[in-house]
Amino acid sequence: MARMKFLCDSERCIECNGCVTACKNEHEVEWGVNRRRVVTINDGEPNEVSLSVACMHCTDAPCMAVCPVDCFYQTDEGIVLHDKDACIGCGYCLFACPFGAPQFPQEGAFGDRGKMDKCTFCAGGPEEDHSVAEREKYGRNRIAEGKLPLCAEMCSTKALLAGDANDVSDIYRERVIARGSNKGAWGQNLAYNAAGNKS
Amino acid sequence: MRLTPKQTPSESTKEQSQTGLSRRSFLGHSGIAAGGVAAATLLAPPMMRKAKAASAVASAGKAEVKRTICTHCSVGCGVYAEVEKGVWTGQEPAFDHPFNKGAHCAKGAALREHGHGERRLKYPMKKVAGKWQKMSWQDAINEIGDGMLKIRQESGPDSVYWLGSAKHNNEQAYLFRKFAAMWGTNNVDHQARICHSTTVAGVANTWGYGAMTNSFNDMHNAKAMILIGSNPAEAHPVAMQHILYAKERNKAKLIVADPRFSRTAAKGDQHLPLRPGSDVAMIWGLLWHVFENGWEDKQYIDQRVFGLDEVREEVKKWNPAEVERVTGLNEEQMHTAAKTLASNKPGTVVWCMGGTQHTTGNNNTRAYCTLMLALGNIGKSGGGANIFRGHDNVQGATDFCVLSHSLPGYYGLSAGAWKHWSRVWDLDYNWIEGRFDQGSYEKSKGKPVKPMNTKGIPVSRWVDGVLEDKANVAQKDNIRAMVFWGHAPNSQTRGQDQKKAMDKLDMLVVVDPYPTATSVLPDRQDGVYLLPATTQFETYGSVTASNRSLQWRDKVIEPLFDSLPDHTIMYKFAKKFGFADQLCKHIKVNGEEPLIEDITREFNKGMWTIGYTGQSPERMKLHQQNWHTFDYTSLEAEGGPAHGETYGLPWPCWGTPEMKHPGTHILYDPSKPVAEGGLNFRARFGVEFEGKNLLAEGSFPKGNELKDGHPEFSDKLLKKLGWWNDLTADEQKAAEGKNWKTDLSGGIQRVAIKHGCAPFGNAKARTVVWTFPDRVPLHREPLYTTRRDLVADYPTWEDRKSHYRLPTQYASIQQQDFSKEYPIVLTSGRLVEYEGGGDETRSNPWLAELQQEMFVELNPVDANNNGVRDGGDVWVHTPEGSKIKVKALVTHRVQAGVAFIPFHFAGEFQGQDLRSKYPEGSAPYVSGESANTAMTYGYDSVTQMQESKVSMCKISVA
Repeated sequence: MARMKFLCDSERCIECNGCVTACKNEHEVEWGVNRRRVVTINDGEPNEVSLSVACMHCTDAPCMAVCPVDCFYQTDEGIVLHDKDACIGCGYCLFACPFGAPQFPQEGAFGDRGKMDKCTFCAGGPEEDHSVAEREKYGRNRIAEGKLPLCAEMCSTKALLAGDANDVSDIYRERVIARGSNKGAWGQNLAYNAAGNKS
Repeated sequence: MRLTPKQTPSESTKEQSQTGLSRRSFLGHSGIAAGGVAAATLLAPPMMRKAKAASAVASAGKAEVKRTICTHCSVGCGVYAEVEKGVWTGQEPAFDHPFNKGAHCAKGAALREHGHGERRLKYPMKKVAGKWQKMSWQDAINEIGDGMLKIRQESGPDSVYWLGSAKHNNEQAYLFRKFAAMWGTNNVDHQARICHSTTVAGVANTWGYGAMTNSFNDMHNAKAMILIGSNPAEAHPVAMQHILYAKERNKAKLIVADPRFSRTAAKGDQHLPLRPGSDVAMIWGLLWHVFENGWEDKQYIDQRVFGLDEVREEVKKWNPAEVERVTGLNEEQMHTAAKTLASNKPGTVVWCMGGTQHTTGNNNTRAYCTLMLALGNIGKSGGGANIFRGHDNVQGATDFCVLSHSLPGYYGLSAGAWKHWSRVWDLDYNWIEGRFDQGSYEKSKGKPVKPMNTKGIPVSRWVDGVLEDKANVAQKDNIRAMVFWGHAPNSQTRGQDQKKAMDKLDMLVVVDPYPTATSVLPDRQDGVYLLPATTQFETYGSVTASNRSLQWRDKVIEPLFDSLPDHTIMYKFAKKFGFADQLCKHIKVNGEEPLIEDITREFNKGMWTIGYTGQSPERMKLHQQNWHTFDYTSLEAEGGPAHGETYGLPWPCWGTPEMKHPGTHILYDPSKPVAEGGLNFRARFGVEFEGKNLLAEGSFPKGNELKDGHPEFSDKLLKKLGWWNDLTADEQKAAEGKNWKTDLSGGIQRVAIKHGCAPFGNAKARTVVWTFPDRVPLHREPLYTTRRDLVADYPTWEDRKSHYRLPTQYASIQQQDFSKEYPIVLTSGRLVEYEGGGDETRSNPWLAELQQEMFVELNPVDANNNGVRDGGDVWVHTPEGSKIKVKALVTHRVQAGVAFIPFHFAGEFQGQDLRSKYPEGSAPYVSGESANTAMTYGYDSVTQMQESKVSMCKISVA
């Protein structure tokens, strides 16, 4: 059984926003709704770090726990999806989400994409796969085509990884080994000297 | 409305096996395939089952998949475009493409929007009494053509300016240069003038060719990388894939020299925040440590470098104290950087606009080359001068010399060059000569020269070609008609003057997919024409990436709206002007569209100087269909139909296509035979200078039978060497009296290579360029400098009376002291979401949403001293009286005393909103003040590159 996860390798993310526009491209997400965005901390300072963030598809998802109309559901592979027909657009999920993933269309509660919109891991919604209704409400369903999320597939530096958690962690582990762990090795500074103090 | 959650969502997926694979079978395969991918590439694209997914979609039989190349920068990323019923419905990552492995930046990932094109210029239009009116193509060509012919009659052909584009494909760029020649002018140019002209001039004059020596992929082999005035995290994001790969896999050290702590600097091992405009001082400062410690590669220098002793004399002056005074970098910083470069070899230098766009640009680029030569890094895998070009085909358009100083292939403008191309075109030289103005307005060595043989006005100065007193312009009359054919006006400095020039012209013509800022900048009420051209996704042809690889693009969709491909528009004009038959003498024309493949074959017949001769349409298409067979690091095909060839047949791809040269991945690399892509430095500057030998000594490519330096090949040299009879009888006939550049049979090149020799000779690279204003690169203060204390020690040049037909000021500007009123250094740069003038990318909502405001980056010190708050509106004033109103972004990214503005914005002018002046429905989603409205005078002493990286400003709250 797979469990789908995203991982953003902060050593590689350069805040190019390729993931953000890949998502816009694939799902034609309307202006103002960003299912994925890149967050930069220490902007313009030593140890500037960028990370691409969307719904993390939590195993025990807080949004699911708090939704008053229980519109969320989780697929067998751990993707957290929701039913826009059931959603009432209350925003309680945003309140609960540790990552700010839920998005709310600007053009009122009944905008193109329904009341709440978020990353679907490119897995569509409850409607029939590849149906017009699914496409209009949730965007494309790449998972049903045997493809993975486009944001990760198009990442300029392969910082953003998506897929079965085991595979993602294998890839990341291999990188960490390649980078090494001696003093001054890539990534060590962030892990052990986050303040960027000069040694 | 349902209020119960669905408990069994996967039920529905079990039933939909008709559309591709089910989710369940996908999961069954994913684990196995993923391991394979990760181990194979070490770069582990997150995709796990690409091959199966692709076949699943294909078997559904809906979408046609086209292979194209991103049009937003010169990295040359491959793209799979899915087209259903003529509509571009999907964009899939090209994991098998050797340059990008499916990856894209924001612009590349948003490419499919080109298929929507909502904000495009949709029809031919003209301005009548201040209003835009639709018109037919026929009327447009007739009206514009009649107007131009009238100007030609009255003022000569040089009064019409043909400004071309780095967004044209190779075939269009070549045809455009030929078109301008047949109109009879050298007033033709494109974006290369204002991005890398100083690179091309500086680098070609150092070792032969003015292009990137290695490739993005080859950077995997680097042990050290120094990036100067280059911010690939924003300007070439996919290049960062390769840079970070070297860092991760090869433990390469990354040094970023940039006045700003850029996104790229954030990934570096060392940041060198030099004072803008102090590049030469910084490089000589690094070399000071290299020489002081004996870190130079002495054997390499003896064998392959000329004139380094003269450089040593200059470098002696740049002791750590003086370097710190001029650049702001202290001894420890400089020593560390020099040591990193000296102890981690091979190392590579990368530079971009931060190095080139200066009055001293040619000095900067030569200094970078000299540093690498001293370290022995050029002509080696993992080394090289990896000069990242800008637009997708700026390398190709440069090679085809859509430039005011040369014919295609850098042949120049001499009578010999014109005769060479007349032979290729199969036209009478006298007819072409007759197309030009027969007067003379300049002298060379005391003799009058004709406009046909003199450099035309460069794009950076077209404004002066209009506004300057006629008596001071070295041509018959001022420029009276201006054609912006795929070129944004806001990429050129001195916005106020540009507006004046636009208003003064008789006629202003835009040929572009978007109306561009040209349509809104002038106040004129008539005499403006807008002609809709297609993007490269609505036509096909070849494009040259920064690494000199030629890639073939499919046509993705049919032209949108009423737009036409550029080469069709050229043909229409040629027909109107009466030279269509000559323009397309050996090019088939379908309707009014010249056949792309025939254009390729024609340039194959003439581009001997730089080896654009071996890349036939058939060979390029073969590479396009076999992306997956080329290695990610060496770019060499291992097996498959292109076995042994380098991806894209990077030039020089010597000889005829039949000779099957594999292309040259790494320039000047003697470790391979020339026949397999090996090379040495070019013998371009003679065989000796001031009594000293210029040819290489004891260094030559593998298999070179002469085993030493040698001059370039000609019929005479072949005869002298006894190789003449290696030519076939036909080749001998063609080669008689010719050399490797002018022998149309390719025989001279073939025989030279057969004997292991580079056709262009084997010489040393030179660090002294005796034909340039400064033999050895010198630090010279910018024209607008805040450091008055340095002006006396490092003054600029004297003013010049005629430089590219125009008077050009240096000292007369620098003498004026603006430092009290304008105390902050102003510099400019790029944003990842936008490209160039930004008309195209700001019209793409997926990109525009991410960057909605023009801004200025200010250090907290400068913000607080001027009462500016983060996010507030400010005016940026510059010494020539321009001002722009932008948002303040207060950040430590810039040092105190330096302000940074991004370019790409337009649609506002000195506080005035111009959006209402666009044709209805075609205003970009985002507009803002253009950086170059504020940028000031200043032009390179060799190429007329504009200074857009150093000016001065003051900031006031708006």
